[in-house]
Amino acid sequence: MLGKLSWDAIPFHDPIPLITSLVVILAVLGIGIWVWRKGYWPALYHGYITSTDHKKIGIMYIVLALLMLVRGFADAIMMRLQQSLAIGASQGYLPPEHYNQIFSAHGTIMIFFVAMPFVIGFMNFVVPLQLGVRDVAFPTMNNVSFWLTASGALLINLSLFIGEFARTGWLAYPPLSELEFSPGVGVDYYLVALQISGVGTVLTAVNFVTTILKTRAPGMSYLRMPVFCWTSLAANLIILAAFPVLTVTLALLMLDRYMGFHFFTNDGGGNSMLYMNLIWVWGHPEVYILVLPAFGIYSEVAATFSGKPLFGYRSMVFATMVICIVSLMVWLHHFFTMGAGANINAIFGIASMIIGIPTGVKIYNWLFTMYGGRVRFTVPMYYLIGFMLTFVGGGLTGVLLAIPPVDFVVHNSLFLVAHFHHVIIGGVVFALMAGYTYWFPKAFGFTLDERLGKMIFWCWFIGFHLAFMPLYVLGLWGGTRRMQHISDPSWAPWLNVALLGAVIIGVGIVLTVVQLLYSIKTREQRLDVTGDPWDGRTLEWLTLSPPPHYNFAVLPDVHGEEAYWIRKQTAIKQDALIDEPDYQPIEMPIDTPTGVICAFFASLCGFAVIWHIWWLAILGLVGAFAVFVWYAWQDEHEHIIPVEEVRANARERRRIRMEHLHSLSQST
Amino acid sequence: MSTEVATIGLTHGASEDTGLGHRGPESKSIVVPYGFWLFVLSDMVLFSALFATYATLTNATDGGPTSNQLFDRNLVAIETLALLISSFTCGLAMIAAKRKNMAWTQIWLLVTGLLGAVFLFIELYEFATMVGEGAGPQRSAFLSAFFTLVGCHGAHVTAGLLWIGTMMAQLWAKGFREHIMRRLLCLSVFWHALDIIWVAIFTIVYLIGTLP
Repeated sequence: MLGKLSWDAIPFHDPIPLITSLVVILAVLGIGIWVWRKGYWPALYHGYITSTDHKKIGIMYIVLALLMLVRGFADAIMMRLQQSLAIGASQGYLPPEHYNQIFSAHGTIMIFFVAMPFVIGFMNFVVPLQLGVRDVAFPTMNNVSFWLTASGALLINLSLFIGEFARTGWLAYPPLSELEFSPGVGVDYYLVALQISGVGTVLTAVNFVTTILKTRAPGMSYLRMPVFCWTSLAANLIILAAFPVLTVTLALLMLDRYMGFHFFTNDGGGNSMLYMNLIWVWGHPEVYILVLPAFGIYSEVAATFSGKPLFGYRSMVFATMVICIVSLMVWLHHFFTMGAGANINAIFGIASMIIGIPTGVKIYNWLFTMYGGRVRFTVPMYYLIGFMLTFVGGGLTGVLLAIPPVDFVVHNSLFLVAHFHHVIIGGVVFALMAGYTYWFPKAFGFTLDERLGKMIFWCWFIGFHLAFMPLYVLGLWGGTRRMQHISDPSWAPWLNVALLGAVIIGVGIVLTVVQLLYSIKTREQRLDVTGDPWDGRTLEWLTLSPPPHYNFAVLPDVHGEEAYWIRKQTAIKQDALIDEPDYQPIEMPIDTPTGVICAFFASLCGFAVIWHIWWLAILGLVGAFAVFVWYAWQDEHEHIIPVEEVRANARERRRIRMEHLHSLSQST
Repeated sequence: MSTEVATIGLTHGASEDTGLGHRGPESKSIVVPYGFWLFVLSDMVLFSALFATYATLTNATDGGPTSNQLFDRNLVAIETLALLISSFTCGLAMIAAKRKNMAWTQIWLLVTGLLGAVFLFIELYEFATMVGEGAGPQRSAFLSAFFTLVGCHGAHVTAGLLWIGTMMAQLWAKGFREHIMRRLLCLSVFWHALDIIWVAIFTIVYLIGTLP
C-alpha cells in the first residue's frame, strides 16, 4: 500500500535532521497561523500564490531562492565545521553517510534552488518592464513554472524529514548512484525533484524567448534592448538547448534504478562515461545560464551608477551571443581524465579558453563604462567592483584548469572546488546581491538601507576570500574534494581560516535579514516616490514603484538605445512631459490556481514515485491531466481594466513626474 | 469581446504583425504558435540526446541479440505508413477546420487518431514480441537504448492521442473559436514533429540496424 514507506523513514534516532525538521515544520506552521490570524491570507492567495503578474512571480522566485540560500548555507557551514574538527585522531561530529548527504544537498540546492530561481526571478521581474510591455508571453504558464520549481524544492527538503538524500555528490554520477550502490531513496529524491523543477525551467525558457523575441514595446528593435534582456535571451536559449538533455540523463538513470535498464550500470554493457558526457552537456551550459544574466545585471548597474551609457553596447551583445554558442561546446573539460585522447582534450581545452575572450571583452566594457563617468559608489557598484576584482582571478584559475595536463593534476581536488566557488560566488552571487539592492525599490517602493548593504558586501567579499583561497592551496597540496576526515594535521590552519570565512559569509546572510527588517521598519525615510531612485536609464524606471499590474498605461514608444534616458533628458530640456496620450482599456490575464494545483499533483506524484507507491503516482498523473483539461476548458483567461482606472492612475503618475521634473530643472 | 479591446491587450500591438516584434508586441496568433515551436524545438533536443545515447550503445549488446536479429522491416514499413498517412490526414483536418467544416474536421481528426492508434498497436506488438523472445530492455545496454528511444516516441504519440481526443471534445463543445484554432495549429505542429522524429528513428534504428 505505501511502497517502501514506513516509520523507519523518520530519523527518530538522528538528532540533527530530526530537530531541524521539527523546527522548520513549526516555523512554517507558525508563519501560517500568523498570516491567518492577521488576515493576510486572501492578500497572499490572490496577490501572490495565484498571481499571473510577472512581478509577483519574480518576487516569489526570489523569496524561494533566499529561503533555500539559508538551507544551502547551513549545509556549507556544517561541512566547514566538520572539516575543521575531523582532523587527525578526531572524527568530527558528522558520520560519513550524513556528511555525504550534506555535500550532495549543498550543491544541488545552491545550483537548482538558489541560483536558478534567483536568476529567473530577476528575469521575471525585470525583462517585461525593460521591454516596455505588460507581462510575459504566457502569464499562466509562468505561474505554473514557478510552482513546479517550488515543488522540486519541497521534495528536496522533505528528504531531510522522510527518508534520506543522495550521498552521491550533486551530479549523482553512476555507477555509485545506481541501485546496486545506492539502494536507498536518496538518489530518487534527487532525480524526481530535479525532473519536476526541470520541467518548470524549460517552460520558463519557452516563455522568455517568446517574450523577448515577440513582445516588445513599439520601436524596441533588437539593438535597442537593454543588455539584461540580451543576456536573459541568451540564457533562455541555452536552457532550451541544454535542459532537455538533463531531463533525458536523469530519466535514463531512473530507468536504470526503477526498471533494471543498463544505461550506466557496470554490467549489461552499460557505460557510465555516457552519463558524464550527457550530464555535462547540460552542466556546463548551466554555468552560463547563471552567469550571463549576472553579467546583464552588472551592465545595468555599471551604466546607471557611472551616469553614462554602457561602453561598447554592441560588443557586449556580440560577446553575450558568442558565449551563448561556445558554452555548448566545452563540456568535455569536466572530465579530461576520461581518456578521450590528446586531440579531443586539446580541442575542448582550447574551446574553454576561447570563452575567456568574450568574457574579457565584457570586463573591459564595464571598466570603460566607469572610466570618465560620474561614478556613485552605491551598494550595487561595490558588488560590481568586487566582482571584477574577484572574477578575473576565478577566470584565470579556470583557464588554468582548461589546460588538460594541469587538469590531470588538480582534477577533483579542492583546487577545483575553490575555482568554481570563485566564479559562482564572485560572478553570480555578487550580481544577485547587486540586483537585489538595485531593483528592490522598484518592487516595494522603498530602498534598502545603504549602510547595512555595504556591511553585507564586505562580509561576502572578505568571507569569500578567506573561505576559498585556502582551498586553492590545499588543492595544490593534493587535497581531494568531499573529504569527511582529514588525516594530515598540518592542514588545520588553512581549514580553520576557511571556516572563519564561512562564518563571515554567515554574518553577511544574517545581516541581509536584518537589513530587510530594518529597511521595512524605517521605509518612510527612504521612500521611492518618483519610481526612479537611481537616475536610471532603462524603461523599468519609467513607471512608478511598485508598478501597477499592467506596468505601463500606454506602451512606451522607443526611439533609441536607453529608451528611458532619452525620454527623461528630452523632458528635462523641454521642462515638460510628453503630451498626454489617449488611454484605452487594458486586457490583463486573470489570476488562476492552476499552477498551485499542478504543483500539488506533481509533488504528490513525485513523492509516490520516490517511495514506489504506484497507485498514488497514477492518481497524481490523472489529477494533473484533469487540471490541465479543466484549465483548457475555461473561456475567460483575461479581464479588462476599465479606461477610467487606467486614466486616473496614469494622471497621478504624471503629476508625480511633473513635480520631480520641476525639482530637477530647479537644481540644474 | 469587441475587436477594439482585443487589439490593445496584453500581447497585442497597435500595428499589424511583422513577425519581428519591432512595431510592438505581436498578436496572439503569432505569439502562441511561436512559443509552441520553441517547445517542439526543446523536444527535438530531448530526442537528439536519446539518439546520441542509442548511437553510443548500439554495439553494447552484452552477448545478446543484435539489431539485425531483432528488427522486422515489413512490420516497421506498415507502422511507418500508418504514421505518415496520419500526418496527411492531420493536414486535411486543418484544412477542414480552416473552412469551419465541423463534420470533416472531426472525421479527419478521428482518422488521424485511429492511424496513430494503429501505429502504437504495432509498436506495442513489436515490443511484446521482443520481450517474449528474451530481448527486453533489461537484456543489454543496446536494448535499453532501443526501448527508450522508440518508447519515448511512442509515449509522445500516446500524448498526441490524448490531445486529439481532448481537442475533438473541445471543438465539439465550443466550435471554431480563435483559441481553439490556435490549439489545433499547435496540435498539428506537434503531430508533424512526431513524424519527423519517426523518420529519423526509421532511418537510424531500423534501416541502418538491418543492413546486412
